[in-house]
Amino acid sequence: MNFIPPDFAPASSEIFMLIMVCVVMLADLTVGDNKRYLAYLLTQVSLLGCAVLTYASFSSESVQTFHGMFIDDAMGDILKLMIFGTVSAVLVYSYAYITDRDMLRGEFFSLILFATLGMMVMISASHFLTLYIGLELLSLSLYALVALRRDSVIATEAAMKFFVLGALASGFLLYGMSLVYGATGTLHVSQLAQIIQSGASSKEVLVVGLVFIVAGIGFKLSTVPFHMWAPDVYQGAPTAVTLFIGSAPKFAAFGFVMRLLIEGMGEMVSDWQGMLVILAVMSMAVGNIAAIAQSNIKRMLAYSTISHMGFLLLGFISADVNGYSSALFYVIAYVLMTLGTFAMIMLLCRAGFEAENINDFKGLSKRNPWYAFITLLFMLSLAGIPPMIGFYAKFAVLQAVVNAGFVWLAVMAVMFSLIGAFYYLRIIKLMYFDEPETTEPIVPNGDVKILFSANGLAVLLLGIFPQGLMGLSLYAIQNTM
Amino acid sequence: MSFEFPLLSLIIWLPILFGIAVFATGNDHNAQLSRWIALIGSILGFLVAIPLYSGFDIATGTMQFVENHVWIERFNVNYHVGVDGISMPLILLNCFITPLVVIAGWEVIKERVSQYMGAFLVMSGIVNGVFASLDAILFYVFWEASLIPMFLIIGIWGGPNRVYAAIKFFLYTLLGSLLMLIALIYLYLASEGSFSIEDYHKLAIPMTPQILIFVAFLLAFAVKVPMWPVHTWLPDAHVEAPTGGSVVLAAILLKLGGYGFLRFSLPIAPDASQYLSTMMIVLSLIAVVYIGLIALMQTDMKKLIAYSSVAHMGFVTLGFFLFNAYGIEGAMVQMISHGFISGAMFLCVGVLYDRLHSRQIADYGGVVNKMPVFAAFFMLFAMANAGLPGTSGFVGEFMVIMSAVQVNFWYAFLAATTLIFGAAYTLWMYKRVIFGAVASSAVESLEDISKREFVLLSILAISVLWIGVHPFPVTEVMHTTVNQLLTHISSSKL
Repeated sequence: MNFIPPDFAPASSEIFMLIMVCVVMLADLTVGDNKRYLAYLLTQVSLLGCAVLTYASFSSESVQTFHGMFIDDAMGDILKLMIFGTVSAVLVYSYAYITDRDMLRGEFFSLILFATLGMMVMISASHFLTLYIGLELLSLSLYALVALRRDSVIATEAAMKFFVLGALASGFLLYGMSLVYGATGTLHVSQLAQIIQSGASSKEVLVVGLVFIVAGIGFKLSTVPFHMWAPDVYQGAPTAVTLFIGSAPKFAAFGFVMRLLIEGMGEMVSDWQGMLVILAVMSMAVGNIAAIAQSNIKRMLAYSTISHMGFLLLGFISADVNGYSSALFYVIAYVLMTLGTFAMIMLLCRAGFEAENINDFKGLSKRNPWYAFITLLFMLSLAGIPPMIGFYAKFAVLQAVVNAGFVWLAVMAVMFSLIGAFYYLRIIKLMYFDEPETTEPIVPNGDVKILFSANGLAVLLLGIFPQGLMGLSLYAIQNTM
Repeated sequence: MSFEFPLLSLIIWLPILFGIAVFATGNDHNAQLSRWIALIGSILGFLVAIPLYSGFDIATGTMQFVENHVWIERFNVNYHVGVDGISMPLILLNCFITPLVVIAGWEVIKERVSQYMGAFLVMSGIVNGVFASLDAILFYVFWEASLIPMFLIIGIWGGPNRVYAAIKFFLYTLLGSLLMLIALIYLYLASEGSFSIEDYHKLAIPMTPQILIFVAFLLAFAVKVPMWPVHTWLPDAHVEAPTGGSVVLAAILLKLGGYGFLRFSLPIAPDASQYLSTMMIVLSLIAVVYIGLIALMQTDMKKLIAYSSVAHMGFVTLGFFLFNAYGIEGAMVQMISHGFISGAMFLCVGVLYDRLHSRQIADYGGVVNKMPVFAAFFMLFAMANAGLPGTSGFVGEFMVIMSAVQVNFWYAFLAATTLIFGAAYTLWMYKRVIFGAVASSAVESLEDISKREFVLLSILAISVLWIGVHPFPVTEVMHTTVNQLLTHISSSKL
């Protein structure tokens, strides 16, 4: 019996990442406390290496390997490149914060890299098991990251909630997958699609399975009514970790929905469309209304995330290339804005001081006009005011929704985003109209300064010239469908 | 198409670039520098707009100075700008008002000077963009973007209740425009992938969608105009805004709503406009009569002028929905003249406010004894606000009333009451503030207007009189366009 090894080439960046995680862990063991930055540098190098590998192997054709369990296609590569960039930015923004809080250790970096690996696997999965492994790798790393400051009661509580609810959601997902397997006899995404199309499987079982799968997706995206973990985790986790949770995993979640729902069960669109409509409307309603009542900035942003995820689902509801590419564009825009907003929160933090309350933004325009201006751009973008990128994201999604015939849904979406505009405006009000409570100067490192400015200007300039990113999103989806 | 000088782009982007340059001058150590850059920028902005008038061909109703470039290929959105007889005078008005606002804030604004001046310049460019856009998304982007500088101007330099006013202003306007966005997306799909406003004009739409589109647009434009009953943000915003902010708000931003009716509502949904015209006329008449009465009761000068703005803008919407040439041209003249008069009125109140820091009518009295020159200017503008023949205020109102007589006598009758109410509230306020005995020691210590203020008010006084006596140059440029619009509306699009 001869053994044919699978083609490893399409998974080269994943393999490289796995090796590098081990290297980071081992290297960190050998250095003393004064050389912890080594782990940071190694992490950045690994991300860069992965990016180079992914970019070098980039092609518009999709390649399957490991007996069809793993797929390397344009959408996956683009999502991965976005993730590498995002994680790298997260680390730059977090460095000062974690140094001040004694979190500059190998665990932080290796957990982040493991989570990144999990996302990469999720995105490239073409089999339910691969998908699940990637998801669990990501989730378990995130649970540990949230609990990283074990002395903090609130962080531990958040981690517990996250873990218990996360495990429940994973259970849902697995149960749904098993039902789908029972009905169709396969876990391969592409075969599944064919079998559903042929109509050879029991529709009833499939629909029950679908309900569980959508519930699992709802949890991962933090959409109402599966959103309960998000506010607690966002608030309880150290801000650097919140930044991480709030940014890169959204790309993975997008890939997850694409593989599972669209590629696997796209034939059942009439069944999941209605479910997503309910999730989307409830998320936009609860997210936007609850955010108004928050005085904790991280909690407020958690609710804002919930509402944005509702908006994101609108893109999937229209169930065509146009809608999916709008959703992808929305994710990219959303991550850009979230990165910057949390970066600003961390800029306001000092050694021994956590900026948590929205009042910490008071008088920012007098303390530092430039950072206030950049934050202004983020807030307007989150509220969807042109010419910021957030507007085009909303516009693209709304366009897809109206195109699919859901005009009433578009009307509801804009009404909720009107409510949402209020709490973003409140931050602007605090920054510009109020007097500062402290005169403490804001002194970030040079790299943070540059990255933060670039991040803010990107939100403005990509808004003025959105064609590039829109074209990229369309390209990614067209080459996958 | 041969290469043409991108005049409109220059008019849009020059003030914005100067605005950014003003921002770059930084904190108040360079205040004088920011003021001068702002002044140069705004005057240049006006000068480059003059060729728009001199090179304008009044014989044609098609778009002129057109520029069309691909902007967002994905959704077939173009950078498409051009002007016709409706938008051209409004752009000129905007470019004319901006230097005045800069001069008005010259000594008054002492804090965050560069941000104040920069915001006005950027807004001037954005508003030019709104008037010049021929692409719906480009229009929408400029339209919404114009909220941002005004929000900051009210919120940072405004009065005690500025936060409430700023947020109310922003959310109210946003409410209206978000539904417009959906209407635009609907039109995009109905026209099979075009965002060109001119394509929408030709698009046949069934009655029900037409009414819905009309309502969506109505909400956006009615809030902006503002029409009764969605006018309540305006008095708040005006009272709290700094003088410059009030001037721009009244003179320019309200015109965006009126312009929207002419560019979108009427030509895109003509059947719905006809169908709902009675409702629109009634709403306009309520604004004229009822708001006129409310203005009588005000004790705050700025609030009084704000309500008088609502009443005057009621004339504008009334003129639009009478569907004859006098009505629309009268409404256009009314918009332009209101730009000058309301701007001048707010400047006059600003002159008093800068000295006494009060807007209450009761705090004044006998100002004429101390400020005779100012009292003369104020007299002229108050008369113009009341619609005295020989001032620009008369021309527009007279044309609209003439037009209303042709349609229905009672419309005209009710509209004409404004000549009484307008005179009543304006002149009564004038009497209480200016005449009588010197009311207090504070009034006793008043000094007459400075050279800067004199120049400012003279420019406006000349404009008001000039249009009042000789409105022909203003009406002549819009004549062809308005006639073409009327022909267009009268043919059904069902």
